[in-house]
Amino acid sequence: MADIALESKAARRPIREATRWDQLRANRNWLGFWFMLPAMAFLILFLAYPLGLGVWISFTDARIGRTGNFVGIENYEWLWDDSIFWLSVFNTLLYTTVASAIKFAIGLYLALLLNENMPFKAMLRALVLIPFIVPTVLSALAFWWIFDSQFSIISWSLKQMGLITENINFLGDVTWARICVIFANIWRGVPFVAITLLAGLQTVSPSLYEAATLDGATSWQRFRFITYPLLTPIIAVVMTFSVLFTFTDFQLIWAMTRGGPVNATHLMATLSYQRAIIGGTLGEGAAISNAMIPFLLAAIMVSWFGLQRRKWQQGENND
Amino acid sequence: MHDFTRRSLLQGGTALAAAGALTGPALFDFAKAWAQSAPWKAEKGAKLTVMRWKRFVPAEDDAFNAMVAAFKAATGTEMNVFSESFEDVQPKASVAANTGQGLDLAWGLHTLPQLFPTKVLKMNDVADYLGKKYGGWTEAAAITCKQGNDWLGIPVATIGGYMTYRKSAVEKAGFNEFPKDFPGFLEMCKALKKNNTPAGFALGHASGDANGWLHWVLWGHGAYTVDKNDKVIINSPETVKALEYCKALSDTFIPGTASWNDGSNNKAYLSGELYCTANGISIYVAAKDDPTKKDLTEDTYHAYMPVGPIGKPTELQLAVPILAFNFTKYPNAAKAFIAFMLEKENYEKWLSGARGYLTQTLNAYDSAPVWTADPKNQVFSQASKRALPASGIGTPGEKAATAIADFLVVDMFANYCTGRETAPGAIAIAERQLKRIYR
Repeated sequence: MADIALESKAARRPIREATRWDQLRANRNWLGFWFMLPAMAFLILFLAYPLGLGVWISFTDARIGRTGNFVGIENYEWLWDDSIFWLSVFNTLLYTTVASAIKFAIGLYLALLLNENMPFKAMLRALVLIPFIVPTVLSALAFWWIFDSQFSIISWSLKQMGLITENINFLGDVTWARICVIFANIWRGVPFVAITLLAGLQTVSPSLYEAATLDGATSWQRFRFITYPLLTPIIAVVMTFSVLFTFTDFQLIWAMTRGGPVNATHLMATLSYQRAIIGGTLGEGAAISNAMIPFLLAAIMVSWFGLQRRKWQQGENND
Repeated sequence: MHDFTRRSLLQGGTALAAAGALTGPALFDFAKAWAQSAPWKAEKGAKLTVMRWKRFVPAEDDAFNAMVAAFKAATGTEMNVFSESFEDVQPKASVAANTGQGLDLAWGLHTLPQLFPTKVLKMNDVADYLGKKYGGWTEAAAITCKQGNDWLGIPVATIGGYMTYRKSAVEKAGFNEFPKDFPGFLEMCKALKKNNTPAGFALGHASGDANGWLHWVLWGHGAYTVDKNDKVIINSPETVKALEYCKALSDTFIPGTASWNDGSNNKAYLSGELYCTANGISIYVAAKDDPTKKDLTEDTYHAYMPVGPIGKPTELQLAVPILAFNFTKYPNAAKAFIAFMLEKENYEKWLSGARGYLTQTLNAYDSAPVWTADPKNQVFSQASKRALPASGIGTPGEKAATAIADFLVVDMFANYCTGRETAPGAIAIAERQLKRIYR
């Protein structure tokens, strides 16, 4: 009797209508969602939430340790008329443009050089990476000493050689200070550009060069019509990253000049830190860092939608 | 009854011996006797978490820890002390105030207790007790910690900054003693430059040094960022005079001061390139500790900041007040600890450990041995008496602290002295920012 009862119960189960929960568990579409969930949670927690919070804080008068009241776009209105903010925008653009352009030129040159066959190739390639390996703060401190107003090794050497009589005011003079921080940034950024472009160069098939050589192409023509077009996608990626890194640079400036002399090297990132963390006005600091977003988006747009178009890669009439 | 161990005593004793102060058992005997007669009895099983700023002079830290150990042994209070760098103290204290947990005591800078007046334990009884016993508080220290008649914290000490100069250079420039007024000081700096033994003061973002001497120039001319009612009054003829004076001064400086941070003048002075600057006593202490700098040590003297046209000292000195949060479970232990630190038996040794870096805020300690141990320390003993609060004549508090942290006054002077802005332009920038802070 008991056996029969059990059997019938077991037999009934498959007929039961699938519940919502069963569907969620078994449905292929939902399965995909479940697998994506951890990644999504990760992105929301560590990217979307902080970004959203940053935007929200910029609309409040929050201070450290205290939630603020909603003040609308007051922080942005204030920054619009703030000469120091606009100076920092100018500095950031100058810093990014000049440093990125020079980094690209030197990086490409180095990459082409390293791509040639030469003795100790592997070792040379490794050596180029050194500036990139040194922690930024350490190299910034080294540059701070190199450009010190009293103890600069450069001033000292030039004085010993009798070329100058007084120390060069590297970090105290507006123009010099800008040159110095840009120089330090270039020194640090070139290896990244060079090594990545080198990786790109190695993917170019040698047969193309052979064919071009047989047709009598000069080395400039080989670069202009083979290397450059095939390298463009890599250039787009490298320069996007390079611009992003440079635009958001903080450590070099903070360690070398703290934005001085008289705010002449204040970048948006350093000004944001000074106002938000040191000065305690989180809302205003958040507004400054949010003001960087449009510039960064623009940089990304240019490289992704511009440089990747075939017309740019392969000449005028080939869309 | 008391939960102390031989070990904690010995630790305290060793630390003190290192500081050249009294030995463990004597300190402990005092602590025990004090704990029994003190107006505040630590709660049974009390635990205090104390945040302090990171010390500059190791012996000061040793003396502080010895007091902590003795207090722990005498009262049975569990003490958890940790240090944070100067910039981090205020944010961490703010977060503790905001969340109501994590800290019982915070020893910070400037007007820290004023930042959250509703979150601190009123210290009126402690201030009265100490003030009566030790000759009263200095005015600047009292303003820094008081709101109305309430003490929001106790002004433990002041970190003084004074003229540090090479006597030989000043004498060669034709001054037998360091100038006491602004015109004399300018003349001396001009002469120093002519002799190729220049003076130099930070015009960069040096939170301590640049803020210190530039507020002194500003206030010395009778110019202030805000008035008594926190109305912005920076746009005044006095400010213009201060700017003109500062420009004339900066023309005599060693090159590069616009890029200086807090450490730059120390380096330049100790290497023998700079002959006069304003600084804490650290330059002199560093020179004294370096056997190769014997000549420089002997030639180095300190002087008060000269008095401006306004006719009274207008120095900005760095106050270091301590506060207890009102959410602490052990208010009596907290008060007892603060009072204990400032008792003569502890405090004088502590000042000695700090070697002049810390200055008392209680008048009776003018006679502390540290000021006579080395006559060159003497100048620093007046730091709290000759100072205005960090807020000048305005209300001490968050707004004044923000104005200092954002380098408003420093940038105003630097803008004009480096020729980037005209005087009205530099003032307008500062005025606009001040108006926002004090809205």
